[in-house]
Amino acid sequence: MLNFLLRRRGRSRLHWTDWASYAYLLLGLLVMFGPVLWLVMSSFKTESALSQFPPTFLPYSQKTAMVAGHEQPLPLFTVKDEQGRSRELAQVRRIGIVATMVDPKQPDTEIRVGINERKPVNELKFASGNYTELFGKFAFGTYLWNSVFITVVATLITLLINSMAAFALSKYQFTGQKTVFVMIIATLMIPPTIILVPAFLVVSGMGLLNNLWGVILPAVATPTGVFLLRQYMLTIPDELLEAARMDNASEWRIYWKIVLPLAAPAMAVLAIFSFMWRWNDFLWPLIVLSKSEHFTLQLALNSFQGELNTQWHYLLAMTVITLVPITIVFTFLQKYIATGIAGAGVK
Amino acid sequence: MATLQLSNIVKTFDKLTTLHGVDLSVSSGEFVVFVGPSGCGKSTLLRIISGLEPTTSGDILIDGQRVNEVSAAHRGCSMVFQSYALYPHMSVYDNMAFGLENLGVAKPGIEAKVQAAAKLLQLDALLQRKPTQLSGGQRQRVAIGRSIVREPKLFLFDEPLSNLDAELRVSMRSEIRDLHARLGATMIYVTHDQVEAMTMADKIVVLRAGRIEQTGTPLELYNRPCNRFVAGFIGSPRMNFVPVAQLPDTTPGTHTVGIRPEHAQLSEQGLLRMAVTQVEQLGSASVLRGNVGPEVPFELILNGQTSIQRGDVVNVSAPPEHMHCFDQAGVRL
Repeated sequence: MLNFLLRRRGRSRLHWTDWASYAYLLLGLLVMFGPVLWLVMSSFKTESALSQFPPTFLPYSQKTAMVAGHEQPLPLFTVKDEQGRSRELAQVRRIGIVATMVDPKQPDTEIRVGINERKPVNELKFASGNYTELFGKFAFGTYLWNSVFITVVATLITLLINSMAAFALSKYQFTGQKTVFVMIIATLMIPPTIILVPAFLVVSGMGLLNNLWGVILPAVATPTGVFLLRQYMLTIPDELLEAARMDNASEWRIYWKIVLPLAAPAMAVLAIFSFMWRWNDFLWPLIVLSKSEHFTLQLALNSFQGELNTQWHYLLAMTVITLVPITIVFTFLQKYIATGIAGAGVK
Repeated sequence: MATLQLSNIVKTFDKLTTLHGVDLSVSSGEFVVFVGPSGCGKSTLLRIISGLEPTTSGDILIDGQRVNEVSAAHRGCSMVFQSYALYPHMSVYDNMAFGLENLGVAKPGIEAKVQAAAKLLQLDALLQRKPTQLSGGQRQRVAIGRSIVREPKLFLFDEPLSNLDAELRVSMRSEIRDLHARLGATMIYVTHDQVEAMTMADKIVVLRAGRIEQTGTPLELYNRPCNRFVAGFIGSPRMNFVPVAQLPDTTPGTHTVGIRPEHAQLSEQGLLRMAVTQVEQLGSASVLRGNVGPEVPFELILNGQTSIQRGDVVNVSAPPEHMHCFDQAGVRL
């Protein structure tokens, strides 16, 4: 692993192209990964830490202390007194530009300090409450379930239908085969916005409005999927199918037992694409689903802005949770993307 | 163990006719080899017999039953492909069991048959491997095993040895021959290699451009080829063809005389004068190549070693019983 990360072109010293390569890669890493890292760190900040300016990268929160005589924990500040020594004082109240502070060890003596003379004591505090409170406050579990249901079921149906179409278009000769294929690909030229209204009318006519199936079914047959799988299946030698026919296999068995397992890399690619499209899909679910108990995570995220005057900390936490499943899927299936696309053609 | 009858098989692809009325009869238990140059239609004929290609016209009868409309799976044939066509994602066991599973045979039955076939072909240690982990010869045997396990009426082989190296080819040839002796099944074998044909066949069918040139046992084809094409195709090294002008004492009407290199002899009274251009010493035999006339090449095999060298001129003759006379059209007289 280390060997891979530290690869270089020059033998003992770094070649100038090594410097250039690493600089470029580092820049790319920062640009792509930086915002994600920022997002994750910010999701652990408390509400007040989020509204701090200048913003900090790590989630800092002001330290508090329990002082005798006060029920709530008081925020701590460092104050330089007349001798120049720093002391930690707890603030009881602040009126205007004067803060009334108290030494936690001597809670009776009140000291008046101007607000510009004190600095807050910050500590690293991960506000995991952002995450745990989510499940209690909003119907987060429902949204999560809706998203997962739609994505998983849609991916499974997409894989099934697209592979069947691709199998027919790649392994069977029939009149009109080319025409059908061209027509399927031609639908890629139609912008989805044009068919929004007709699709809506169809879905509503079928009574699938406000129903998860109304989100799943319309986009199940994807031309990209058919094209991808067909191109891959073309590389499966016809002799295998002939041998299977001689082995008394029905056409369904040939599809299910021979062609599908052999097309697994391309299927994995399609599964990843389908997962990504469905998980991040916003417009169509927004149109079809109107009751909030059917909302997906993306719709729920959207509805947070406006209704609840943007509770940023919850919003951020939910965004991070929304990112997790797709990352997991990608981690497990990503090796198939490279091998699947490159392997087409290698026997 | 089945008989096969082909009756006037014609096959047309679009406008191109690849088979022009092929008639053939194969008895039960025979090992028939289809041989011919590339593009002669032998693989097409095999695929028509198997059912993978439909015939444009003509009848195919297996065991007396007309099977034109019967699908490949139900004809009771099994095929060994040139590229083996093993299912790469299944183990050797699963490859061999696939056919039986499709027939609905019970698991213990499948196990027994696969093990028996594996033992026959010395594959028992390899049953759990995937095809990519096998050598060429092993893959070949798995492909054969897959055929055996189904106990078909007819075994079809489509150039199975052409992907193997020379040494392996020789050993696999005798293995297939042994298999035929053991199983006693009817086998149809397609090859472009006439040595394979000669060594393996009970009956050879020579094809050219979609027509059967001659059918017969290997020795029949060797001793009495019925036309010039078969004469030049069968036998290695190739038969020499000499214009009749150089050999006057032949049957009237002869246009060309064929003499096999192994039958030609050096003799003082020889009517052919050969200018030697190449001498190959194999130790046990010597091959002399040269010309007996302008643009008439000739080859001669002598037993043992020779002192003849390049540039020598020798007299060549052949015994009359080994001179094959062909008329202008190439037909044997």
